[in-house]
Formats: sequence, structure tokens, C-alpha cells
Amino acid sequence: MSLLFEPTKGMTDKSMHYCPGCTHGIIHRLVGEVLVELGVLGKSIGVAPVGCAVLAYDYFNCDMHEAAHGRAPAVATGIKRILPDNVVFTYQGDGDLASIGAAEIVHAAHRGENFTTIFVNNAIYGMTGGQMAPTTLIGQKATTSPYGRDKATTGMPLKISEMLATIDGAVFVERVTVHNVAGIRKTKKAIKKAFQVQLDGKGFGIVEILSTCPTGWGQTPVESLSWLENNMIPYYPLGNFRAPEEAK
Amino acid sequence: MAKILMKGNEAIAEAAIRAGCDCFFGYPITPQNEVPEYMAKHMPKTGGVFVQAESEVAAINMVYGAAGAGFRVMTSTSSPGMALKQEGISYLVGAELPSVIVNISRGGPGLGSIQPSQSDYFQVTRGGGNGDYRIVVFAPSSIQEAVDLTIKSFDIADYYRNPVILLGDGMIGQMMEPVEFNLSGKTNLPKKDWATTGTNGERKPNIINSLALASEDLERHNYKLQKKYDEMEEKEVMHETYKMDDAEIVLVAYGTTSRITKNAIDSLRENGIKAGLIRPITLWPFPNKAFEEIPKTAKSILVVEMSMGQMIDDVKIANEGRLPIHFYGRAGGMIPSPEEIANKAKEIVGGAK
Ligand SMILES: Cc1ncc(C[n+]2csc(CCOP(=O)(O)OP(=O)(O)O)c2C)c(N)n1
Ligand code: SF4
Ligand SMILES: [Mg+2]
Repeated sequence: MSLLFEPTKGMTDKSMHYCPGCTHGIIHRLVGEVLVELGVLGKSIGVAPVGCAVLAYDYFNCDMHEAAHGRAPAVATGIKRILPDNVVFTYQGDGDLASIGAAEIVHAAHRGENFTTIFVNNAIYGMTGGQMAPTTLIGQKATTSPYGRDKATTGMPLKISEMLATIDGAVFVERVTVHNVAGIRKTKKAIKKAFQVQLDGKGFGIVEILSTCPTGWGQTPVESLSWLENNMIPYYPLGNFRAPEEAK
Repeated sequence: MAKILMKGNEAIAEAAIRAGCDCFFGYPITPQNEVPEYMAKHMPKTGGVFVQAESEVAAINMVYGAAGAGFRVMTSTSSPGMALKQEGISYLVGAELPSVIVNISRGGPGLGSIQPSQSDYFQVTRGGGNGDYRIVVFAPSSIQEAVDLTIKSFDIADYYRNPVILLGDGMIGQMMEPVEFNLSGKTNLPKKDWATTGTNGERKPNIINSLALASEDLERHNYKLQKKYDEMEEKEVMHETYKMDDAEIVLVAYGTTSRITKNAIDSLRENGIKAGLIRPITLWPFPNKAFEEIPKTAKSILVVEMSMGQMIDDVKIANEGRLPIHFYGRAGGMIPSPEEIANKAKEIVGGAK
């Protein structure tokens, strides 16, 4: 019998707590696969956020830290500076990274910290029950924007990749999606490039991944995939915003 | 070894480097700026890490990262910055990460002033972070003591896997005194086999974490932490007494204030008033026993602080209602003079006209 498929060694065999249809799990797997394929799992140290991925420390099969809400980039800075030969990454949601941790991510990028950030943008605070995030779309209903997000009082959704791409130290910035198979393939490539940039000692890399939250959005898993495609991608264009020559 | 003349802040920084501090993370704030400045200059020479963080919030979380990786880490700040560090301090305790946090405090509340003050006593002993936690707090009264306690702080932090706070008022940070550096030579500290250095494929992943979703798990963790606090209370209390044997009035003061209070005590004794001093060196754990040992000659207690009265709460707990307690304090960066303190003592013992 030949082996056609097996779980990645990059993940533990703990069963995940994510809701049915949530794409956090796919993103975990891609990161795990990349760490194994690059042969760096044994020297990897990950930093989990506060958000639905808070338990990521139980899922990645490498050393992990659980950081305070939004502070993962500062924690990663502390680790990477004293262990420059290890591979360090943060895994953060949009409330974590774009709201409470906006200062930490901007300044980690600004200093050109040599670690990798996996940024899961699901346009909502999933964990706390579906409140509005800085990334929630105009008109999108959330528990704290029950009439739909209103530009007049809450501004326009924050485009993190575009914003970070203006910072010199952010050498790799790419936005991808996991709502379909082609997107998943591209996401894996982007994650691999971002980690390669770190291995090459080039500086800060971030992959923004558009992700679904069927529970927070009040949709079925299938509906949420097409909602992402039809609503998020038009506002959050996919593509690479910055890369060193060889990673283009 | 010959003594060298050093400013408090620089002496604390040098002591940290000699104690094997691998990383320093900080943010500028007066009156502690000489600590990060000294670190920026000297850490790179020994292969150490210095990062000027974007805020005190970030600095304490960098501490969390590097401490979790198993290294000796320090941060320093002053009062408003200490307020911002509270979140990270609570996480450090929860995740059991050793680290040294220096607070060269200034007047408050709010932006307050940059002058010496002792109005952060509650902040360091009661904590502003969430959760059931305790931290050993050292309050040196001289630069030499600041050096010795900085070195000791790293050992204690490693031994208990808990942060340690060194509290100096602005005076300790800014004044110059001759110091020497005596290393503790402590070698029996536990191995950091919990640190995140990469599994190398040879062991199960190490996880630095303060989350325990199941109530039974968190309660078990709380009991485990409590056991450490109990041991700290048993082993780490430090205090000094001065002329206490026949004291009729017991003055209680720490840090800079204790030095001025000693002068007041000497002048009181010249005037026939038998005064003595209890000087807490650890603010937590508080030297309760010293209060049980107050001689029968004592009729009253006078607490002296550069605040509106914070340590007085701990004195009341330690005194257990035995003696009447009085207070003399100056605030906002005003430093009490020996005469003011002596006059207050005279008033209490009935010697003032
Ligand atoms: C200091 C602090 N504030 C608020 C919270 C509550 N909280 C937990 S998760 C979360 C939002 C997470 O949303 P996001 O980062 O988008 O992650 P998601 O759950 O959507 O993956 C919040 C506000 C907290 N734990 N700590
Ligand atoms: S709440 Fe949303 S983001 Fe969180 S696990 Fe459920 S679907 Fe995923
Ligand atoms: Mg989210």
C-alpha cells in the first residue's frame, strides 16, 4: 500500500477547537507544512495571539509562546533578538494585530525585525462573539455595528498590507486568500517566501490571509466562502506589495 | 576591589551586566534615562541585546519573549511607564518568567513631576496587573545597596521563576556614591529546561503560557504560585534596624527617606529623645517580624514617606494594633528635612512647645 496523504509533522495531533468551516485550521496546516518543508521546525519558535487562535500553542509542533492581546510582535522581537539563528513567527488575528496591537506590528516592521507574521484577517472579532474589527467592511453587520459598519463614525476598514508596505523594514508583504484551492496554493507559496526572507536575514515579512468566520458572520461555511470572495477581495486586493528581488 | 564613583542609574545598569543580564528592553523616561543609555553603550560590547522599544508596553513584552527563551532580562522605567508595564508583569508572573524590573519612581498621579517620590508603593506592592500575584520588591537606600540588590534580583528571579522589582526613588537614580561590584556566585539555580530555544526534534515543544481555561487547572496553578509566594515570605524578607534597643519612638522609613530619618534620629537622641528606625529593604514581603520585636520601651510609631501615606497600611498590618501610629509625609517631589521629621517626633512624644 502506498501512502497518499498524512498529517504534517508541523502540527501536533491535538484536535482543533475551531468552528466547522472556519479557515483558521487550513492556515495552521499551511504554516506547519512550510516549517517542515524548509527543514526548520526544530528551530522554530511561534507566538500565539489572543483571539480564536489563542490555543495555537497546542497545535504547532514547535516551541511556542502565548502572548498578551496584540503584543506578539514585541514578544517575537524579544525572542528573535537573543536567538537570531532560530526561526520566529507570530500568528495573529485582525483584532489582535490591526487594533490593540497596531503599535507593536508597525514598530516591529519599522525596526525591520527578522521574523515572520501570519496575519489572519477575517474582518471580525471571532473569539469574543463577532464584534466589529478595524477590518470589518462598510455595511457589514457585527454585534457592535448592528446596523452595519458606518464610515462616518468608525472610518474605513484598515488596509494593513498597504500600510505596512510603506515601511522600509517590511521587506515582504503579500495578501492572499484561503477561500478556494487556488488561493490556498498561493497562500502556501507566500508563507514559504516569507519564511525564506527570514532565513536569508532580510527583515520583517508578513502574509495577510483573508479568512472566513462563518460563526461571527452568521453564515454557513459555504456561504462564507463566497461572501469572502465577493466582498472582501474587492476591498482587500490580493497580491504582493513588497518583496526582495529573489522572492518576487 | 577598588570602589568607583557612580551615578545610581549607571551603577544599577553595570550591576545588571555583571550579573549576566543578556537583554535590556526599555523606553526613555526621566529620571531613569541613564539606565537605557548605559545599556545601549555597553550591552553590545558583551554580545548582549539592547532594544529601545516603542513603548513600555512593548518593552515588557520583549522581556516576556527573551525571558521565555531562557535568558537573563531587565527593563527599567519610571512611574507612568511602570503603569504601562502592568499587563506584561501579570503575564510574566502567570507564565512564571524570571526578569528584573527597575522603577526609578517620580511624583504622580498622572504625568506628575520628575522629582523623587515614593508614591508608587501601592503600585509595586499591590500590583496594577490583574490576578492573584506577588513580586519581591527591593527598596535600596544607597547606591551600593542598589548594586547588591540588582545582582541579587537576578538570582531570586531565576530561583522562583518570578519577576523581581527594584524600586528606587529619583534620588537613588540620580545621586553619585562609591560602589564596588560583588557577584553572588550563586550556582545552585534551577536549569531552565522549560525555555523555548527550539525543540531540535529532540524533545516535546516547550510552551510559555499563562492561559488555563479549565477552572481546576487555573486553581492548581494559583496554588502552585502561592507556594512560591509563601516561600518568598519565609526566606526573602530583608530589613535593617537602627538604634532600636531602647527606642521610645519607632520611626519607619525606606529608601532615600530612611537616610534622612537616620539623621533625624541622631538629632533626636542628642536632644534626649530615644528614637529608633525600622527600615524595610523588601517592601514585599514586608518585615512583619521586625514589628513583633519592637522593644517594650516603645510608645509610638512614626511612619515617614515621600507620599501621602502608603506604606503606613503595611505598618498597620504589621503592628496589629499594638502601638499608636503617626504619619509624616511630603509629596510631589518635596523631600522632608531631618528637622521636620524630628519636630514631628517631638510633637508625638510631647517634647514640642
Ligand atoms: C487586553 C485584552 N483586551 C480584550 C481581550 C478580549 N479579546 C479576546 S480575543 C479578542 C478579539 C480577537 O479578535 P481577532 O484578533 O480578530 O481574532 P479572531 O478571533 O477573529 O481570530 C478580544 C478583544 C483580551 N483578551 N485582552
Ligand atoms: S468564531 Fe470565527 S474565527 Fe473563531 S473559530 Fe469560529 S469561525 Fe473561526
Ligand atoms: Mg478576527
